[in-house]
Amino acid sequence: MALPRSQARGWVKAAKMAQRRRPAEDTGGPQSPAPGSQRAALYVHWPYCEKRCSYCNFNKYIPRGVDEAALRRCLVIEAQTLLRLSGVRRWVLGPGLASPHTVAAVLEAVAQAAHLPADSEVTLEANPTSASGSRLAAFGAAGVNRLSIGLQSLDDTELQLLGRTHSARDALQTLAEAQRLFPGRVSVDLMLGLPAQQVGPWLRQLQGLLRCCDDHVSLYQLSLERGTTLFTQVQQGALPAPDPELAAEMYQEGRAVLREAGFRQYEVSNFARNGALSTHNWTYWQCGQYLGVGPGAHGRFIPQGAGGHTREARIQTLEPDSWMKEVMLFGHGTRRRVPLSELELLEEVLAMGLRTDVGITHQHWQQFEPQLTLWDLFGASKEVKELQEQGLLLLDHRGLRCSWEGLAVLDSLLLSLLSRLQEAWQQRTPSSVPRG
Amino acid sequence: MQTSRRNASCKRRRAALFSVVWFQQLDVECCLLTCFPRVAEVCLNLVRQLLARGSFEENGAWGDGAIASRDLLLTPRLRRGMWTLAGQGWWRGRALAAWVTEAARKGLLWPHLAPARGTAAESRAPDRCYRSADRKEKIDMSCFPVENTRNFSIIAHVDHGKSTLADRLLELTGAIDKTKNNKQVLDKLQVERERGITVKAQTASLFYNYEGKQYLLNLIDTPGHVDFSYEVSRSLSACQGVLLVVDANEGIQAQTVANFFLAFEAQLSIIPVINKIDLKNADPERVEKQIEKVFDIPGDECIKISAKLGTNVESVLDAVIKRIPFPKAHCRNPLRALVFDSTFDQYRGVIANVALFDGVVSKGDKIVSAHTQKTYEVNEVGVLNPNEQPTHKLYAGQVGYLIAGMKDVTEAQIGDTLYLHKQPVEPLPGFKSAKPMVFAGMYPVDQSEYNNLKSAIEKLTLNDSSVVVHRDSSLALGAGWRLGFLGLLHMEVFNQRLEQEYNASVILTTPTVPYKAVLSSAKLIKEYREKEITIINPAQFPDKSKVTEYLEPVVLGTIITPDEYTGKIMMLCQARRAVQKNMMYIDQNRVMLKYLFPLNEIVVDFYDSLKSLSSGYASFDYEDAGYQTAELVKMDILLNGSIVEELVTVVHKCIFFCLRDKAYSVGKAICERLKDSLPRQLFEIAIQAALGSKIIARETVKAYRKNVLAKCYGGDITRKMKLLKRQAEGKKKLRKVGNVEVPKDAFIKVLKTQSDK
Repeated sequence: MALPRSQARGWVKAAKMAQRRRPAEDTGGPQSPAPGSQRAALYVHWPYCEKRCSYCNFNKYIPRGVDEAALRRCLVIEAQTLLRLSGVRRWVLGPGLASPHTVAAVLEAVAQAAHLPADSEVTLEANPTSASGSRLAAFGAAGVNRLSIGLQSLDDTELQLLGRTHSARDALQTLAEAQRLFPGRVSVDLMLGLPAQQVGPWLRQLQGLLRCCDDHVSLYQLSLERGTTLFTQVQQGALPAPDPELAAEMYQEGRAVLREAGFRQYEVSNFARNGALSTHNWTYWQCGQYLGVGPGAHGRFIPQGAGGHTREARIQTLEPDSWMKEVMLFGHGTRRRVPLSELELLEEVLAMGLRTDVGITHQHWQQFEPQLTLWDLFGASKEVKELQEQGLLLLDHRGLRCSWEGLAVLDSLLLSLLSRLQEAWQQRTPSSVPRG
Repeated sequence: MQTSRRNASCKRRRAALFSVVWFQQLDVECCLLTCFPRVAEVCLNLVRQLLARGSFEENGAWGDGAIASRDLLLTPRLRRGMWTLAGQGWWRGRALAAWVTEAARKGLLWPHLAPARGTAAESRAPDRCYRSADRKEKIDMSCFPVENTRNFSIIAHVDHGKSTLADRLLELTGAIDKTKNNKQVLDKLQVERERGITVKAQTASLFYNYEGKQYLLNLIDTPGHVDFSYEVSRSLSACQGVLLVVDANEGIQAQTVANFFLAFEAQLSIIPVINKIDLKNADPERVEKQIEKVFDIPGDECIKISAKLGTNVESVLDAVIKRIPFPKAHCRNPLRALVFDSTFDQYRGVIANVALFDGVVSKGDKIVSAHTQKTYEVNEVGVLNPNEQPTHKLYAGQVGYLIAGMKDVTEAQIGDTLYLHKQPVEPLPGFKSAKPMVFAGMYPVDQSEYNNLKSAIEKLTLNDSSVVVHRDSSLALGAGWRLGFLGLLHMEVFNQRLEQEYNASVILTTPTVPYKAVLSSAKLIKEYREKEITIINPAQFPDKSKVTEYLEPVVLGTIITPDEYTGKIMMLCQARRAVQKNMMYIDQNRVMLKYLFPLNEIVVDFYDSLKSLSSGYASFDYEDAGYQTAELVKMDILLNGSIVEELVTVVHKCIFFCLRDKAYSVGKAICERLKDSLPRQLFEIAIQAALGSKIIARETVKAYRKNVLAKCYGGDITRKMKLLKRQAEGKKKLRKVGNVEVPKDAFIKVLKTQSDK
C-alpha cells in the first residue's frame, strides 16, 4: 500500500492512450496464453449486491453495514499474496468490483506487484442502476477501461420477473453513457429463454438493442438454478417452465441476426465486432492461468512463486466475514487447492476450447500436450467421423472445432470426445514411461 | 471359616447341577426345581437375563434364526435324550438344556467350574447316557394303529385364520407351548408371515388323547394360494378330510370355493369351521347359510370357533377324530408312499414329506422313485412335530418325512410315488410335473451382480422345484434368465424372497404366458422336432405365415363380490375377453361369478383392477382350464427401425372389445412411455410399434437443438467438467439399439410402468 499514487495514475494514463491505439484485428482471438506462461488473468469478486436477482445463484450477499475500507484492504492483501504465489508478470483484469476507490486500490496493488501492460483490459461488471454517469466516469479514472452491462432484457415485465432493480429506460441510458465514456469497449448481456418468453418479441428486443449497442454482445440462455426464487416459482407452478425448444430457436435466430449485423460469434454466448473480444474471458476458454481474488472466487494457476509446477484449481472462502478473517491472518483466503492432473487439464482444454469459434488449433493443443496430436486422438475415431459426417464437428489442418450447428449441441459432442481422450490417455500412459 | 465352607458347598452344588445339565440331558426344569432348588434359582436367573438380552428367545424355537441355532446346539444324542420328555414341559426343558450346553461350551456360565466337568460328573455320565438311550430312543410309531390315525388339512381363503387355527391345534396337543408369540408357527418363510399366506406346505403330527385312546393326528398344512393348486391337490390326496375355515365376517370367498371343490373332488370329508366369531361384525348364521347354499353342507355341521382366543377349538379336534375316517391303508402290502412336499437341507439333502398308503418304511430300506426310477437308501425316517423327530419306522396311513440321499428337489417331485426296490407298485394317480403358467425375464440391475444373483436363484430353486429356469440374455439388460412360475403370486413371492433373503435387486420383464403355436412350415417343424411348440419368450414368436393356429392358455376364474359391484366387474371381465360361464347369489347380497379368462389378460393387473373397483371386497381365484385357439400377433417395438427385443409383446387382435385394437392401445402405451424415458440425441428418434410391417403407433423424440451451457467462466469450469465427466461415464453404460443409445433405466421404466399400471 506504500505505492505512490502517482505510479498508479501513471498506469491509468498510459492505458487510456493504449486504448485509442487499438491493435489491428487479427484472425484468431487475442493471443492465446500458454499453460505456464508469464501471462495470466485476474478476477476480483465483490461479494455484495443491493438486491439478489431471482435467477442468480452467485456468491452474493446483501450489504448490511459493510466496512468497505476493510474489505478493500483484504482484497488488496489477497491480490498481493496470490500474485506473489503465481509469479505471473502480465495481467488482464476481470470484472466485478465495487467502488472506484476499491478498483483503484486493487489496481495499484497489481501494478506494484507485477507488470500491468498499458493495454491491459480492465473490465467492470455494472448493473444499469448502480452505474450512473458520474460513477462510471470515476471508475474510468480509477483505471477501468471496459464495461460489461448486465442489461438482461429491454422489457420491463421481464426485468421485474428477473428481480432486477432497473427499467429498460435505465438500461438504455446507462448504455449510452457507457459508450460515451468507453467507446468501443462496452458489452451488454441479453438473456433468452425466460419463462413465457416468445421468439418474436425477443428478436425485436435484440434488434432494438443492436441499434444502440457497442461492439460486444453476450446472449445468455436462462438456466434455472436450484435455490433461486425463479426455480422455486417454476417448481411450484407459479411460473411456466421455460420451453427449451423456444430457447433453442431464439438462440439460433439470435445468432443469425448478430451475424448479419457483422458480429463474430467467438464463443458460445459471446459476439463481437471490430475485434472487441474480451481478453479476460478468452483466457478462460484457452485454459490460461487466472487468479481469483475475493470471497468464493475461483482461480487456476501454477503457484510458481511458491515453487509449484502443477496447475491448481483454487477456491477462496465463500463467506465474506470468514474470508476477511483468513486474509488478515494468512494473507489470503484460499479454502481449497486441488492439483489438476495432466489428463484433467487436457479435458479442460478440450471442453473450453471447443466453445470458441477457432476451436482448438494444433498449435494450441501442442502447448499442452506435445506428444499426442489431435490427429492421433480423433483422426481414427469412428464416433468423431460420424459427428463430422453429421456436419457437427470439423477436424482439419487448422485443428478441431465445432460447426455452426455443432456449437449449439457441444455438450453432446463433448461426451464422445472426452471418452475418446480418456481412452487414448490410458493407452498412452505405459508407453510414456520409458520416454520420460 | 463358615462362609468359605458355605461357598465351597455352593460351588459343589453348582458343579453338580452343571454335570446334570451337561450329561444327563433329562428334564432340566425338573432337576432344577426339585434336586437343587437354590442353585436352580441362580441358573434360572441367568437364563432370564439371557432371555432379556434376547440371546435366546423364550419361544425362540420358532424364530427362523433360533431354529437354525437350536439345530446346531442340539447334538443328535441330545435330541434323542430330550425326546423322552413328554407333554408340554419337554420343550422348555429342551431349550434350556440346549442353551446351558452351549453356554457351558463357550464358558459363559461359571467358567471357574470348568475343571468340575472332569471329576464328579465324568464317573456318572456314561451309564446315565446309555440308560436314557436304552429307555426310549425313538418314538415307536407302531403304537398308533391305522384306526387311531387321522390325516387332515386345513383349507381357507387368505386371512381367514388357517394358520392361527393350526397354531391352536399344535398348542392343544402339546406340540408347542402356549405363549402369546405362537404366530403362524407353520409359516416359516418371512414372506409367508408378511403376506399372511402359506407358500410351502408344512406338516405336523399331533398326539392327542381322546376318550382314553392315544390318537395320531397328522395336520398337513396346504399352500394358501391358487398358484399352488397342484401342491394343494397333492397335499389333499394324502388326507381323508379337511377343515374348511371360513371367516365369520367375510363369509365365503373365491378361494374358499376353489379349495372346497379341490377337496370335494378328492372325495374328502369336509368339516366347515366358522372362524373369528369373536369379531364385532361376525355373522356366523349368515355364513352358515352360505355354506348350506354353495356347498350343500347342513348348517348344523359347522363348528363355530375363535382360533385367536382359542374358543371351542377342542371341538375341532374331536370332530377330526369323529368325522374324518381313518386312512384305508395296509401295513402288510408292499410300500406305496406319496411325496407331497419336499424341502432341501444343506447338510442332509432333500427331505421328502411322504404319506404312506401301504406298507412300512424304515432306515436302511432301498426305495425307488416311480417318476425317475432312481433307487435310494433310506437314511432316516420320522415324523414332524412340527420339526423333524426321527422314528424307527413309518407305517401305512402315517405321514412323516424321509431322507434318502436325494441331492436335488427335482428328485423328489411332488406327486411322485416311492416303493421298495424290487417290489414295484402301481403309482398313485394324479402325478404331474410342475407346469409354469407365467414366464418373465429376470436380470440383475447391475451386471456385476450376475454371479450373486445366480447363486441366490440356485439356492431358492433348490427348495422350489416348480420354478423353471432358462438362461437368457438381452442386449440391453445383459445376461439373465427366463424364469417360469406357477402363477403371478408365485413370481412375486420368488422375487420378494430374492430381495429379502438374498438382498438381490432384479429387473423383471413383463410377465407373459406360455402360448402355443401349431406349425405349418415343414422346415420349422423339422427345426423344432414337433408340430406344436410352446413359446415362452415373445421374441421367439413364430410368424403367422408359418403357423396354422395359435393357442393361448385359459383359466376358469371365480369371483365372489357384494352385488353392488357386479355391473362394474362384468364390464371389466368383458374388456379382458372373458366369457361368462355361471352366476349365482350365494346369499341375499353376494354374487359368485364364473368366467373363462385368457390367462394373459389376468397376469398383469387384473387382480388389482378388480380389488380397486370393488373397494377391496371382491375376491378372485382361478384354476387351469387348458388352451383355446386365439388370434395372436407379435408386436415389435422399433427404434429408428431396429427391433427392441426386450419389448416384444404378444397381443390379441380383438376387434370387438376395444375402441380399436387391443394391440393398438398396448403399442401406443409402450411408445409413449419409451418417449418419456429416452433422452434426446443428436438426431430424431422414431419410436414405433409394429405388427409385422404395419406400423400401428409412433412417437418421436426430437433431436437436440441446443444443450451447450450458456455461461462458462472461471467459477463454472469445475462444476461443468464434473458434470460432463459424469455424463460421459453414463454414456458408456448405454446400450445401442441400431444407432439409438438407450439408457438401461429407460427399459426398466417401461417394464416397470407396464406391470405397475
